[in-house]
Amino acid sequence: MTETPSQLIVPARRAFLTGTSKIALSASAILLLAGKDTLAQSMGGPMAADVGILNVALGLEYEAINAYQLGAQSGLLQKPVLDIAVKFQGDHKGHRDALVATIQKMGGKPVDEKKLDDYAKALKADTLKSQADVLDLAARLEMGATNAYLGVIPSFKDAQLAKIAGRLAADETMHWTILNNALGRPLPAEALPFGA
Amino acid sequence: MLTRRPFWLIAASLAPALAWAQAGDAVRGKQLYESRCIACHSIDANRVGPAHQGVVGRKAGSVADYDYSPAVKASSIVWTTVTLDHWLEDPEKTIPGQKMGYSVPEAQDRADLIAWLAKNPGP
Repeated sequence: MTETPSQLIVPARRAFLTGTSKIALSASAILLLAGKDTLAQSMGGPMAADVGILNVALGLEYEAINAYQLGAQSGLLQKPVLDIAVKFQGDHKGHRDALVATIQKMGGKPVDEKKLDDYAKALKADTLKSQADVLDLAARLEMGATNAYLGVIPSFKDAQLAKIAGRLAADETMHWTILNNALGRPLPAEALPFGA
Repeated sequence: MLTRRPFWLIAASLAPALAWAQAGDAVRGKQLYESRCIACHSIDANRVGPAHQGVVGRKAGSVADYDYSPAVKASSIVWTTVTLDHWLEDPEKTIPGQKMGYSVPEAQDRADLIAWLAKNPGP
Protein backbone atom coordinates (compact mmCIF):
# COMPACT_ATOMS: atom_id res chain seq x y z
CA MET A 1 0.00 0.00 0.00
CA THR A 2 1.25 3.48 -0.79
CA GLU A 3 2.34 5.32 2.30
CA THR A 4 0.10 8.20 3.09
CA PRO A 5 2.04 11.41 2.54
CA SER A 6 2.36 13.62 5.58
CA GLN A 7 2.04 16.72 3.44
CA LEU A 8 -1.53 15.81 2.68
CA ILE A 9 -2.82 14.44 5.91
CA VAL A 10 -2.34 15.76 9.38
CA PRO A 11 -0.91 13.06 11.70
CA ALA A 12 -4.07 12.70 13.74
CA ARG A 13 -5.87 11.43 10.68
CA ARG A 14 -3.23 9.00 9.53
CA ALA A 15 -4.24 6.05 11.65
CA PHE A 16 -7.87 6.54 10.79
CA LEU A 17 -7.18 6.64 7.08
CA THR A 18 -4.94 3.63 7.20
CA GLY A 19 -7.75 1.74 8.84
CA THR A 20 -10.29 3.00 6.38
CA SER A 21 -8.37 1.76 3.40
CA LYS A 22 -8.48 -1.73 4.79
CA ILE A 23 -12.26 -1.81 4.58
CA ALA A 24 -12.51 -0.69 0.99
CA LEU A 25 -15.52 -2.18 -0.70
CA SER A 26 -15.13 -5.25 -2.81
CA ALA A 27 -17.68 -6.81 -5.07
CA SER A 28 -18.00 -9.83 -2.82
CA ALA A 29 -18.46 -7.64 0.23
CA ILE A 30 -21.15 -5.64 -1.46
CA LEU A 31 -23.02 -8.72 -2.49
CA LEU A 32 -22.69 -10.23 0.93
CA LEU A 33 -23.96 -7.05 2.53
CA ALA A 34 -26.81 -6.72 0.14
CA GLY A 35 -27.84 -10.34 0.43
CA LYS A 36 -28.41 -10.41 -3.28
CA ASP A 37 -27.94 -14.13 -3.54
CA THR A 38 -31.52 -14.55 -2.52
CA LEU A 39 -33.00 -11.84 -4.68
CA ALA A 40 -35.39 -12.84 -7.39
CA GLN A 41 -34.11 -13.00 -10.91
CA SER A 42 -37.33 -11.54 -12.20
CA MET A 43 -37.15 -7.85 -11.66
CA GLY A 44 -40.32 -6.05 -10.79
CA GLY A 45 -41.18 -2.42 -10.06
CA PRO A 46 -39.36 -1.75 -6.78
CA MET A 47 -36.29 -3.73 -7.80
CA ALA A 48 -36.25 -2.06 -11.20
CA ALA A 49 -36.30 1.30 -9.44
CA ASP A 50 -33.37 0.27 -7.26
CA VAL A 51 -31.43 -0.94 -10.28
CA GLY A 52 -32.11 2.40 -11.93
CA ILE A 53 -30.59 4.23 -8.98
CA LEU A 54 -27.60 1.89 -8.94
CA ASN A 55 -27.04 2.51 -12.62
CA VAL A 56 -27.00 6.26 -12.07
CA ALA A 57 -24.46 5.64 -9.32
CA LEU A 58 -22.44 3.52 -11.73
CA GLY A 59 -22.41 6.38 -14.22
CA LEU A 60 -21.14 8.62 -11.47
CA GLU A 61 -18.35 6.17 -10.62
CA TYR A 62 -17.30 5.87 -14.27
CA GLU A 63 -17.00 9.63 -14.39
CA ALA A 64 -14.93 9.72 -11.19
CA ILE A 65 -12.54 7.05 -12.51
CA ASN A 66 -12.06 9.01 -15.71
CA ALA A 67 -11.71 12.33 -13.90
CA TYR A 68 -8.82 10.92 -11.86
CA GLN A 69 -7.39 9.43 -15.05
CA LEU A 70 -7.45 12.83 -16.70
CA GLY A 71 -5.80 14.34 -13.65
CA ALA A 72 -3.16 11.65 -13.46
CA GLN A 73 -2.17 11.92 -17.11
CA SER A 74 -2.34 15.71 -17.20
CA GLY A 75 1.19 16.05 -15.91
CA LEU A 76 -0.09 18.59 -13.41
CA LEU A 77 -0.05 16.34 -10.34
CA GLN A 78 3.17 15.99 -8.40
CA LYS A 79 4.03 13.21 -5.99
CA PRO A 80 2.66 12.54 -3.41
CA VAL A 81 -0.57 14.07 -4.68
CA LEU A 82 -0.40 11.83 -7.74
CA ASP A 83 -0.24 8.75 -5.53
CA ILE A 84 -3.33 9.88 -3.68
CA ALA A 85 -5.19 10.47 -6.93
CA VAL A 86 -4.32 6.97 -8.11
CA LYS A 87 -5.43 5.53 -4.75
CA PHE A 88 -8.76 7.34 -4.95
CA GLN A 89 -9.22 6.21 -8.55
CA GLY A 90 -8.68 2.67 -7.27
CA ASP A 91 -11.44 3.18 -4.72
CA HIS A 92 -13.80 4.30 -7.45
CA LYS A 93 -12.89 1.24 -9.50
CA GLY A 94 -13.83 -0.84 -6.47
CA HIS A 95 -17.15 0.99 -6.28
CA ARG A 96 -17.67 0.38 -10.01
CA ASP A 97 -17.01 -3.33 -9.72
CA ALA A 98 -19.31 -3.63 -6.73
CA LEU A 99 -22.12 -1.76 -8.46
CA VAL A 100 -21.77 -3.75 -11.69
CA ALA A 101 -21.86 -7.03 -9.75
CA THR A 102 -24.89 -5.96 -7.74
CA ILE A 103 -26.82 -4.72 -10.78
CA GLN A 104 -26.12 -7.96 -12.61
CA LYS A 105 -27.07 -10.05 -9.60
CA MET A 106 -30.37 -8.20 -9.48
CA GLY A 107 -31.02 -9.06 -13.11
CA GLY A 108 -30.28 -5.58 -14.43
CA LYS A 109 -27.99 -4.39 -17.18
CA PRO A 110 -25.15 -2.10 -16.12
CA VAL A 111 -24.81 1.10 -18.14
CA ASP A 112 -21.77 1.38 -20.37
CA GLU A 113 -18.75 3.53 -19.70
CA LYS A 114 -18.13 6.37 -22.14
CA LYS A 115 -14.82 7.17 -23.80
CA LEU A 116 -12.20 9.15 -21.91
CA ASP A 117 -12.55 11.98 -24.43
CA ASP A 118 -16.24 12.27 -23.66
CA TYR A 119 -15.51 12.74 -19.97
CA ALA A 120 -12.71 15.18 -20.79
CA LYS A 121 -15.11 17.30 -22.78
CA ALA A 122 -17.91 17.18 -20.20
CA LEU A 123 -15.53 18.02 -17.35
CA LYS A 124 -13.71 20.68 -19.35
CA ALA A 125 -10.38 19.02 -18.77
CA ASP A 126 -8.74 21.48 -21.14
CA THR A 127 -9.30 24.23 -18.57
CA LEU A 128 -7.17 22.47 -15.93
CA LYS A 129 -3.91 24.41 -15.71
CA SER A 130 -2.47 23.53 -12.32
CA GLN A 131 -2.45 20.89 -9.61
CA ALA A 132 -4.87 23.04 -7.63
CA ASP A 133 -7.29 23.06 -10.58
CA VAL A 134 -7.25 19.26 -10.69
CA LEU A 135 -7.72 18.96 -6.94
CA ASP A 136 -10.54 21.49 -7.01
CA LEU A 137 -12.37 19.53 -9.70
CA ALA A 138 -11.87 16.29 -7.80
CA ALA A 139 -13.04 17.87 -4.54
CA ARG A 140 -16.19 19.23 -6.18
CA LEU A 141 -16.99 15.85 -7.70
CA GLU A 142 -16.34 14.04 -4.42
CA MET A 143 -18.58 16.42 -2.49
CA GLY A 144 -21.26 16.03 -5.10
CA ALA A 145 -20.94 12.27 -4.96
CA THR A 146 -21.21 12.27 -1.18
CA ASN A 147 -24.39 14.31 -1.34
CA ALA A 148 -25.75 12.22 -4.20
CA TYR A 149 -25.28 8.95 -2.32
CA LEU A 150 -26.76 10.37 0.86
CA GLY A 151 -29.62 11.85 -1.15
CA VAL A 152 -30.67 8.59 -2.77
CA ILE A 153 -30.74 6.60 0.47
CA PRO A 154 -34.44 7.32 1.10
CA SER A 155 -35.30 6.25 -2.45
CA PHE A 156 -34.05 2.67 -2.13
CA LYS A 157 -36.75 0.07 -1.62
CA ASP A 158 -34.14 -2.39 -0.31
CA ALA A 159 -32.68 -1.28 3.03
CA GLN A 160 -29.45 -3.18 2.38
CA LEU A 161 -28.88 -1.13 -0.75
CA ALA A 162 -29.46 2.00 1.29
CA LYS A 163 -26.75 0.84 3.66
CA ILE A 164 -24.39 0.36 0.73
CA ALA A 165 -25.13 3.88 -0.46
CA GLY A 166 -24.16 5.03 3.02
CA ARG A 167 -20.86 3.17 2.81
CA LEU A 168 -20.13 4.62 -0.61
CA ALA A 169 -20.90 8.10 0.74
CA ALA A 170 -18.43 7.51 3.55
CA ASP A 171 -15.69 6.69 1.03
CA GLU A 172 -16.46 9.84 -0.97
CA THR A 173 -16.44 11.93 2.20
CA MET A 174 -13.01 10.55 3.05
CA HIS A 175 -11.78 11.52 -0.41
CA TRP A 176 -13.25 15.01 -0.14
CA THR A 177 -11.66 15.56 3.26
CA ILE A 178 -8.19 14.70 2.01
CA LEU A 179 -8.57 16.81 -1.14
CA ASN A 180 -9.91 19.72 0.88
CA ASN A 181 -6.91 19.43 3.18
CA ALA A 182 -4.50 19.29 0.25
CA LEU A 183 -6.02 22.48 -1.10
CA GLY A 184 -5.41 24.15 2.25
CA ARG A 185 -9.07 24.82 2.80
CA PRO A 186 -10.69 24.84 6.23
CA LEU A 187 -13.00 22.19 7.48
CA PRO A 188 -16.72 23.02 7.30
CA ALA A 189 -17.62 25.54 9.97
CA GLU A 190 -20.84 23.83 11.01
CA ALA A 191 -21.74 20.27 11.87
CA LEU A 192 -23.69 18.15 9.38
CA PRO A 193 -22.36 19.79 6.21
CA PHE A 194 -23.26 16.88 3.94
CA GLY A 195 -26.53 15.50 2.70
CA ALA A 196 -28.77 18.37 3.75
CA MET B 1 -69.18 24.29 -21.44
CA LEU B 2 -66.75 27.09 -20.78
CA THR B 3 -67.56 29.48 -17.99
CA ARG B 4 -66.09 32.88 -17.59
CA ARG B 5 -64.13 33.14 -14.34
CA PRO B 6 -63.81 36.48 -12.59
CA PHE B 7 -60.40 38.10 -12.74
CA TRP B 8 -59.96 37.97 -8.97
CA LEU B 9 -60.39 34.21 -9.01
CA ILE B 10 -57.73 33.78 -11.69
CA ALA B 11 -55.40 36.16 -9.87
CA ALA B 12 -55.94 34.33 -6.61
CA SER B 13 -55.16 31.00 -8.21
CA LEU B 14 -51.93 32.34 -9.65
CA ALA B 15 -50.83 34.13 -6.52
CA PRO B 16 -49.21 31.16 -4.77
CA ALA B 17 -47.15 30.31 -7.83
CA LEU B 18 -46.10 33.93 -8.30
CA ALA B 19 -45.22 34.33 -4.64
CA TRP B 20 -43.24 31.10 -4.76
CA ALA B 21 -41.42 32.18 -7.89
CA GLN B 22 -40.37 35.38 -6.19
CA ALA B 23 -39.12 33.56 -3.12
CA GLY B 24 -36.23 31.80 -4.81
CA ASP B 25 -32.72 33.02 -4.02
CA ALA B 26 -30.53 32.34 -7.05
CA VAL B 27 -27.31 32.98 -5.13
CA ARG B 28 -28.16 30.32 -2.58
CA GLY B 29 -29.49 28.18 -5.39
CA LYS B 30 -26.10 28.24 -7.08
CA GLN B 31 -24.47 27.13 -3.83
CA LEU B 32 -26.96 24.30 -3.49
CA TYR B 33 -26.45 23.32 -7.11
CA GLU B 34 -22.70 23.13 -6.65
CA SER B 35 -22.96 20.95 -3.58
CA ARG B 36 -25.91 18.70 -4.39
CA CYS B 37 -26.36 18.53 -8.14
CA ILE B 38 -22.77 18.75 -9.33
CA ALA B 39 -22.10 15.04 -9.00
CA CYS B 40 -24.36 14.34 -11.96
CA HIS B 41 -25.18 17.65 -13.63
CA SER B 42 -23.52 20.66 -15.21
CA ILE B 43 -25.15 23.74 -16.62
CA ASP B 44 -23.60 23.38 -20.06
CA ALA B 45 -22.60 19.73 -20.47
CA ASN B 46 -24.35 16.36 -20.52
CA ARG B 47 -22.86 14.16 -17.83
CA VAL B 48 -24.56 11.48 -15.74
CA GLY B 49 -27.58 13.78 -16.02
CA PRO B 50 -28.50 16.16 -18.82
CA ALA B 51 -27.22 19.74 -19.15
CA HIS B 52 -29.38 22.30 -17.38
CA GLN B 53 -28.82 25.38 -19.50
CA GLY B 54 -32.20 26.57 -20.69
CA VAL B 55 -34.10 23.95 -18.73
CA VAL B 56 -36.84 26.41 -17.73
CA GLY B 57 -39.22 26.46 -20.66
CA ARG B 58 -37.82 23.32 -22.25
CA LYS B 59 -39.75 20.14 -22.95
CA ALA B 60 -38.68 17.20 -20.82
CA GLY B 61 -36.37 14.75 -22.53
CA SER B 62 -35.32 17.14 -25.27
CA VAL B 63 -31.59 17.76 -24.71
CA ALA B 64 -29.65 16.55 -27.74
CA ASP B 65 -27.24 13.66 -27.27
CA TYR B 66 -28.46 12.75 -23.78
CA ASP B 67 -29.65 9.20 -23.14
CA TYR B 68 -32.94 9.74 -21.31
CA SER B 69 -35.06 7.04 -19.74
CA PRO B 70 -37.96 6.04 -22.00
CA ALA B 71 -40.33 7.54 -19.43
CA VAL B 72 -38.80 11.02 -19.60
CA LYS B 73 -38.38 10.79 -23.35
CA ALA B 74 -42.10 10.06 -23.73
CA SER B 75 -43.20 12.71 -21.26
CA SER B 76 -45.07 15.75 -22.51
CA ILE B 77 -44.07 17.85 -19.53
CA VAL B 78 -42.59 21.28 -20.18
CA TRP B 79 -40.26 22.44 -17.42
CA THR B 80 -41.66 25.51 -15.74
CA THR B 81 -41.03 26.77 -12.24
CA VAL B 82 -44.07 24.78 -11.15
CA THR B 83 -43.28 21.50 -12.92
CA LEU B 84 -39.65 21.70 -11.85
CA ASP B 85 -40.81 22.14 -8.27
CA HIS B 86 -42.92 18.99 -8.55
CA TRP B 87 -40.05 17.10 -10.19
CA LEU B 88 -37.48 18.03 -7.59
CA GLU B 89 -39.87 17.20 -4.78
CA ASP B 90 -40.66 13.75 -6.16
CA PRO B 91 -39.24 12.79 -9.56
CA GLU B 92 -40.86 9.36 -9.60
CA LYS B 93 -44.30 10.73 -8.83
CA THR B 94 -43.87 13.38 -11.53
CA ILE B 95 -42.68 10.98 -14.24
CA PRO B 96 -43.02 7.32 -13.19
CA GLY B 97 -40.18 5.20 -14.52
CA GLN B 98 -37.61 7.99 -14.66
CA LYS B 99 -34.11 7.30 -13.34
CA MET B 100 -33.28 10.12 -10.91
CA GLY B 101 -33.36 8.76 -7.39
CA TYR B 102 -32.46 12.09 -5.83
CA SER B 103 -35.06 14.52 -4.54
CA VAL B 104 -35.10 17.87 -2.78
CA PRO B 105 -37.61 17.70 0.08
CA GLU B 106 -37.35 21.30 1.33
CA ALA B 107 -39.54 23.79 -0.58
CA GLN B 108 -37.15 26.69 -0.05
CA ASP B 109 -34.23 24.66 -1.40
CA ARG B 110 -36.26 23.82 -4.50
CA ALA B 111 -37.24 27.45 -5.00
CA ASP B 112 -33.63 28.56 -4.70
CA LEU B 113 -32.38 25.88 -7.09
CA ILE B 114 -35.04 26.76 -9.65
CA ALA B 115 -34.21 30.46 -9.31
CA TRP B 116 -30.60 29.58 -10.15
CA LEU B 117 -31.62 27.38 -13.09
CA ALA B 118 -33.78 30.22 -14.42
CA LYS B 119 -30.67 32.41 -14.45
CA ASN B 120 -29.18 30.10 -17.07
CA PRO B 121 -31.34 30.50 -20.16
CA GLY B 122 -30.70 28.56 -23.30
CA PRO B 123 -28.29 29.83 -25.94
